[in-house]
Amino acid sequence: MSELADKTAGAGQGTHGTASGPKIIGALKDAAIAGVIALLLAIPILSFRTIPGDGGLAMYSRWREVAIAVAAVFTGRLLLNLFWWSQSGTPSRTKASALKSLSSLLSSSTRFIAPAVIIFAFLLPFMPFSNRYIMELAVLVLTYVMLGWGLNIVVGLAGLLDLGYVAFYAVGAYSFALLATTFGWSFWICLPLAGILAAMWGVILGFPVLRLRGDYLAIVTLAFGEIVRIVLLNWYTFTGGPDGISSIPRPTFFGLEFKRFGDNTFAQYFGLEYSSLHRIIFLFYIILILALITNFATMKLRRLPIGRAWEALREDEIACKALGINTTTTKLSAFAIGAMFGGFAGSFFATKQGFISPESFVFLESALILAIVVLGGMGSQIGIAIAAVAMIGGIELFRDLAEYRMLIFGLAMVLIMVWKPRGLVGTRTPSIFLKEKKTISADLVQEGHG
Amino acid sequence: MSDMSSPSNSSSSSGNAAGNTSAKTPVLTVDHLTMRFGGLIAIDDLSFHAYRGDITALIGPNGAGKTTVFNCITGFYKPTVGMLTLDRPDTGASFMLERYDDFLINAKAGVSRTFQNIRLFAGMTALENLLVAQHQRLMKASNFTIGGLLSLPGYRHAEEAAIEKAAHWLERIELTDRADDAAGDLPYGDQRRLEIARAMCTDPVLLCLDEPAAGLNPRESADLNALLRDIRKTDDVSILLIEHDMGVVMEISDHIVVLDYGKKIADGTPEEIRGDDAVIAAYLGVEDEEVEAVEKEIGV
Repeated sequence: MSELADKTAGAGQGTHGTASGPKIIGALKDAAIAGVIALLLAIPILSFRTIPGDGGLAMYSRWREVAIAVAAVFTGRLLLNLFWWSQSGTPSRTKASALKSLSSLLSSSTRFIAPAVIIFAFLLPFMPFSNRYIMELAVLVLTYVMLGWGLNIVVGLAGLLDLGYVAFYAVGAYSFALLATTFGWSFWICLPLAGILAAMWGVILGFPVLRLRGDYLAIVTLAFGEIVRIVLLNWYTFTGGPDGISSIPRPTFFGLEFKRFGDNTFAQYFGLEYSSLHRIIFLFYIILILALITNFATMKLRRLPIGRAWEALREDEIACKALGINTTTTKLSAFAIGAMFGGFAGSFFATKQGFISPESFVFLESALILAIVVLGGMGSQIGIAIAAVAMIGGIELFRDLAEYRMLIFGLAMVLIMVWKPRGLVGTRTPSIFLKEKKTISADLVQEGHG
Repeated sequence: MSDMSSPSNSSSSSGNAAGNTSAKTPVLTVDHLTMRFGGLIAIDDLSFHAYRGDITALIGPNGAGKTTVFNCITGFYKPTVGMLTLDRPDTGASFMLERYDDFLINAKAGVSRTFQNIRLFAGMTALENLLVAQHQRLMKASNFTIGGLLSLPGYRHAEEAAIEKAAHWLERIELTDRADDAAGDLPYGDQRRLEIARAMCTDPVLLCLDEPAAGLNPRESADLNALLRDIRKTDDVSILLIEHDMGVVMEISDHIVVLDYGKKIADGTPEEIRGDDAVIAAYLGVEDEEVEAVEKEIGV
């Protein structure tokens, strides 16, 4: 590959050794390599297009676009090489330190940011700019914030890579839907039950994977997620199969329903004019409170022996055993508690949608939640919240761009991971301190091996 | 195997050993321990005692099976044959270590260990490392998290006591100033001492140290000796250590067991070991013409 590129560089440019020759030659060479790679990628992706023509598909070529793409990559890379990157090929020091200070600002000012964000969240429905679209989006974002925080217990704290987290989301949603539709129990009874059932499934998943680590753990959890979805899809008599479960009862405000007509409605009781926005605002507060409970529970657990044992497990499992920590129960408790919050979020999802089907619990969801956790910085509560807002909000923001939004989105994710390989907030805050709280650099914190 | 310097080799080992080392009570009794990995015999019929309040050193050339002995004692391996008995001096209870799972050896029998390659929780602070070591007690005090979640007074007091204990140990290893630094950030010698302090925070009756002086400079090595002597003096704990640094071994140990190719070749006080021909032969090798004589002497 590089030999080929060298030849192209030599033949195409015909450079002469000038005063600043080596640098320019190096830059040209590098740009040429990038150009060749772009060309190789562009040929299968860009160069042909099929259109339905007379009697079948017609194909026409788009060599002009290919040429533009390659030229853009070549010049872009050349300019980056000459003006942006220092000679060693790494970003120059000022830029790196600017990024570092930004991230340290982010992690150190958590104390001020967090309360401000919470207050803002509580006031959001009354903001002048808030409308139905924003509230719906906020509900969606908060659901993912909560899922991210729940998964963070398993992945971020205990270091157990779980690719099947959506299974617990599904268990929560289906438990809620089945309990509510079969027994007619209210939201507030079904919610904790669904959480407990999801926690139970967390333990059930936990047992077979106790001895697995790293990649193997990831594969088994991935399979578990799929098993749950496929069972939901095929157990027609119990779950309704692909038809799902419909007419799941909506949550009530102390028995007051959010309906246009009826005897005991929220609008009637408070003498308000009916608006469909009331229900959304109510849902928003429910998920906001559920998410905050998840957050505060996690923060409290981190400071308890169980939370420290989770983090110790992530750092070194063998040392944990040598210190008399029962790694079995420690792992199972992480799975159970993480799953419980997933179950809560699932119940909320079921009651919000009023209809659930296995289609909502595909692997992509697990991947999205994991991406939020990784992007935010494993173990960091605020980082995960920011990542959830950016990811879910970002997907919505670029909706107009149709098929290109995933491209932009993927690109943005790659860029962030290149800049900050350990997520937006990679540093770790100690759970306790003797004299002074110092954040711990990401280099020292283990990522966990399962 | 009928060597003078190996007192315990039969079922009457306790009587024999007691005669040899002036009526000390054994904390750990290793009886006919054999460990095979497939065709490889890592430990071959090893028997020795570690006595209460003593520093017992386990030495031997590379590959002699020292770390395997440790892994058997601390539950990371299950021995193929043999008995490992731990008598807790504090409660009088007796544990057959080969029957316990890894974490219970520490939690119930009170055997605590450090590792040849340091295994601190690098991303956690020194203080957190010492608190994790007190997990057992804190977990009970927090009523398995429920009391802790509610911040019940019982848990708060237990946590304060745990922090106090951690602070005490930080003081003893002279790391109070770096209590809030990540353990992975500490210099190597400090990490070694922190690992020992962490092991001590589990309230062990037997502390097993796997090459604590490895990679230390002479100054750090002297600090380590001082720490180990201090632990022996102030805490009711017996120490079993593997060490290559003969300076450390000869200076601080009360009792030395020498292994070679999984077999015990000598057992006695530092003075006895220093003059033992079998030990010298194992460490330094012998001239070709002497091989037969030495082999006869050490009984192989």
